[in-house]
Amino acid sequence: MSQTLLTVSYLAATILFVLSLGGLSSPETSRRGNLYGMIGMAIAVLATVLGPHVTKAAYPWIVGAMLVGAVIGLYAARVVKMTQMPELVALMHSLVGLVAVLVGFANHIDPAASAGLQGAEETVHKLEIYVGVLIGAVTFSGSLIAFGKLSAKISGKPVLLPGRHWINLAGLLAVIWCGGWFVGAHSVDEGLRPLAIMTLIALLFGVHMVMAIGGADMPVVVSMLNSYSGWAAAATGFMLGNDLLIVTGALVGSSGAILSYIMCRAMNRNFVSVIAGGFGTGGGAAAPSGAAPAGEAQPISANETAEVLRGSKNVIIVPGYGMAVAQAQHAVYEITKLLREKGVNVRFGIHPVAGRMPGHMNVLLAEAKVPYDIVMEMDEINQDFPDTDVAMVIGANDIVNPAAQEDPSSPIAGMPVLEVWKARNSIVMKRSMASGYAGVDNPLFYKDNNRMLFGDAKKMLDEVLASLKA
Amino acid sequence: MLIGIPRETAAGEKRVATVPEVVEKLIKLGFRVAVEAGAGGAANFPDETYRAAGAEIVDAARIWASADILFKVRAPGTAELARMREGATLVSFVWPAQNPELMQALAAKRATVLAMDSVPRISRAQKLDALSSMANIAGYRAVIEAAHAFGRFFTGQITAAGKVPPAKVFIIGAGVAGLAAIGAAVGLGAIVLANDTRPEVADQIKSLGGEYVGVDYKEEGSGVGGYAKVMSEGFQKAQREVFAGQAKIVDVIITTALIPGKPAPKLITADMVKSMRPGSVIVDLAAEQGGNCELTEPGQAVVRHGVTIIGYTDLPSRLAKQSSTLYATNLLRLSEELCKAKDGKFNVNMEDEVIRGTTVIKDGSITWPPPAPKLSAAPPAASRKGAAAKPPAVAEKEKGKHGGAGAPASARATALVFLIGAILFWFIGAYAPPAFLTHFTVFVLACFVGYMVIWNVTPALHTPLMSVTNAISSIIAIAALVQVSPLEAAPGGAARPTAWILGLGVVSLALVAINMFGGFAVTQRMLQMFRK
Repeated sequence: MSQTLLTVSYLAATILFVLSLGGLSSPETSRRGNLYGMIGMAIAVLATVLGPHVTKAAYPWIVGAMLVGAVIGLYAARVVKMTQMPELVALMHSLVGLVAVLVGFANHIDPAASAGLQGAEETVHKLEIYVGVLIGAVTFSGSLIAFGKLSAKISGKPVLLPGRHWINLAGLLAVIWCGGWFVGAHSVDEGLRPLAIMTLIALLFGVHMVMAIGGADMPVVVSMLNSYSGWAAAATGFMLGNDLLIVTGALVGSSGAILSYIMCRAMNRNFVSVIAGGFGTGGGAAAPSGAAPAGEAQPISANETAEVLRGSKNVIIVPGYGMAVAQAQHAVYEITKLLREKGVNVRFGIHPVAGRMPGHMNVLLAEAKVPYDIVMEMDEINQDFPDTDVAMVIGANDIVNPAAQEDPSSPIAGMPVLEVWKARNSIVMKRSMASGYAGVDNPLFYKDNNRMLFGDAKKMLDEVLASLKA
Repeated sequence: MLIGIPRETAAGEKRVATVPEVVEKLIKLGFRVAVEAGAGGAANFPDETYRAAGAEIVDAARIWASADILFKVRAPGTAELARMREGATLVSFVWPAQNPELMQALAAKRATVLAMDSVPRISRAQKLDALSSMANIAGYRAVIEAAHAFGRFFTGQITAAGKVPPAKVFIIGAGVAGLAAIGAAVGLGAIVLANDTRPEVADQIKSLGGEYVGVDYKEEGSGVGGYAKVMSEGFQKAQREVFAGQAKIVDVIITTALIPGKPAPKLITADMVKSMRPGSVIVDLAAEQGGNCELTEPGQAVVRHGVTIIGYTDLPSRLAKQSSTLYATNLLRLSEELCKAKDGKFNVNMEDEVIRGTTVIKDGSITWPPPAPKLSAAPPAASRKGAAAKPPAVAEKEKGKHGGAGAPASARATALVFLIGAILFWFIGAYAPPAFLTHFTVFVLACFVGYMVIWNVTPALHTPLMSVTNAISSIIAIAALVQVSPLEAAPGGAARPTAWILGLGVVSLALVAINMFGGFAVTQRMLQMFRK
């Protein structure tokens, strides 16, 4: 295959990737979108293998490596539970990061790669390697920590080292200094040392950065790492002078960046403050809530909940991370199905940051076969709460906290929330009265029209279901 | 402490400030309760029922002389004031704005007075909001009075003797009373139309089965605490036109328009009454504050131009048993707030927003009016998305604040971004080699394409989006593929550590293959699940 054919194949792959992302604009076209992505990837890989840059001698190696990877990948994709999606995605990001690092090193020690480069071109090429490895290393270690936090192997609490901003700043300066050293190096061996030091710093920085970010900010972190993995691919593309890599990396990078932005906006928080870590950094650990909500939370039993649901016409279910933890999505669907058969209009209200990654709740509900046309976004459903008989909150807290609107001194003031308290009644399913991630008490629990259904979401919903059937 | 419940002495007042059921609960809070003989008679609560609940039945003189706390419905009259003990606590309707002399007299008695009409309009205080309880009853009773005076069915029927059209009821003001009236009239089968100056109540009207009649004039009608406010001249004119139009077609008009601290607005003119069909009925719930109809005579039902105009001011009292029960419960909730220790003592905690608002005289010093409430009971409609009557200026401001995809940034910010961009571009153009520039062009354009494409992705698919972009980023495999291949001849003669490069390349390729296959497969698995 000639160079021109290869270029055309890459162009086709690029178009298919854009179409693939475009296909995700609606669930109907999304499967085709994924197919476009696969075809694009197949074209790109095959064209490269058959193209002028790959010799026949390499085929066994390529086939062997791809086979091993494919088996592991397909196996992982089959067995992963939908509640574990965030972990899997984080783990996969780390792979892309690691590959960017390895490829960068390989390129550095390959004299053929930089042969014939002079002056500015050589400097630019070295910088490309350097930046590629840097982003790759941060992505790799950051994603690994995110994976650990999401799978609860590491505590979700933010770990805030004293003077952490200074540590980061020192790291940055060291990276820049190593960069200067690296660019000025005359031989491969001489350049290897600053590259290795920088890689180490970048790995530590990735760990440090994600450790400082708390559990509920994970949607931002996961999408940010997604973005980084794209930039790492783009940087590698610059290094190799390969436009397909650049375009694809840029697509992925901007996708992740937009997702991060959407998530931050949904929490009414600044991207920088999320990445800087901790919650309410300015206010310190004890976030004082202006007027402590007074009153008593009124409990309700599963039987009574079933009664209330049976007597309603309009029900909105608001799921949160608690539903994912308890694996309660199937019970939720059973209840939904039963109620819809009885003519109750049951819908779902999804907050953009509910769960641990963007769109987490939608995937869980889809897994439980909840039709997506009754799953609404916050903006679509918020004005419907006043006409709703019962708003049922399953394992969510901060995203339904009225203090965000009513109490300007609250740490979550201004965050868009689902206005469940405007429904005629609300029922909150929760394990205890503990406050949510933001550490803010929730005045919703004390409202006159709110009832608390304490217990594990799955167990309670099963009881509600049983008594609905009875 | 002893709670005393005197008989209401105002003419025609049938209500009583507590009922036997509540007496029991007050005693549980640690209070002693004394009820004047015959106090509950008019509301069908005989003395024995009070006694059975644990109250003492005593005469008026003992009540006024010995009670530490007095529960009443209406504010005390002159005779009652004279008998009142120095330093006692009084809980009743007071209307401090309209009754300055009464306030002075109570202050002179060094009394502590909690006015049930001054309960702040906040969510937490709803359970002691006696005004709402009474308004609810008044609204219901207004419909009953109207049905009583109206010569036809409210509901439409098709009978063997012919077709009966349903009555058309027009309700002005959809506050608590108005909403109760809507509910009652819908329940009787009438066609109900309702109007309010606050556009956000349109949904509430619809939820009760009424139809919202709007005034086509843009002005925000919500005042402090969820009450209505005085509207502009232009609005009032448009409003009168709407009402005049309705008057010609409806059978019953129920007016409930009140503005706190102001005389009731005159909404129904004599001409409108004239234009109504003979036999129609107007119930004016604002009669006590002067009436919404020009021809209303407070306290009376009169017929003018063939239209019955009911201006009763004692509608809650006409449903004495119900209103006494609800009022007594409101007082019980207040007592619970005041006696959190359940030790039978009132603790008037002026730090508590609800108690602060309700207390109009504390130990003889007038504490009315209270500071403005911290938050409004109903958020102003402007903050609600999609409110039709939102003034354009507010809409613009909101848009800018949220900074959504479509909102234009400020000119200054845009200029700054362009400036920084220009400097960067100049820097790159001046120093970067041409080959880099070609790639850079591609890179920047791809970022824009990505930006445009991703905004279209529905939030429900954000997780599949992440996993598919993750799979696509496996394109980095190309880099690994190229490296696995040993070049035939290393140019420049430099030693090429082939084994190292091959090793790195193969490991990279295996890792990236996990991502590639796993990523697409898991995305496919997820997308299969999304169904209608």
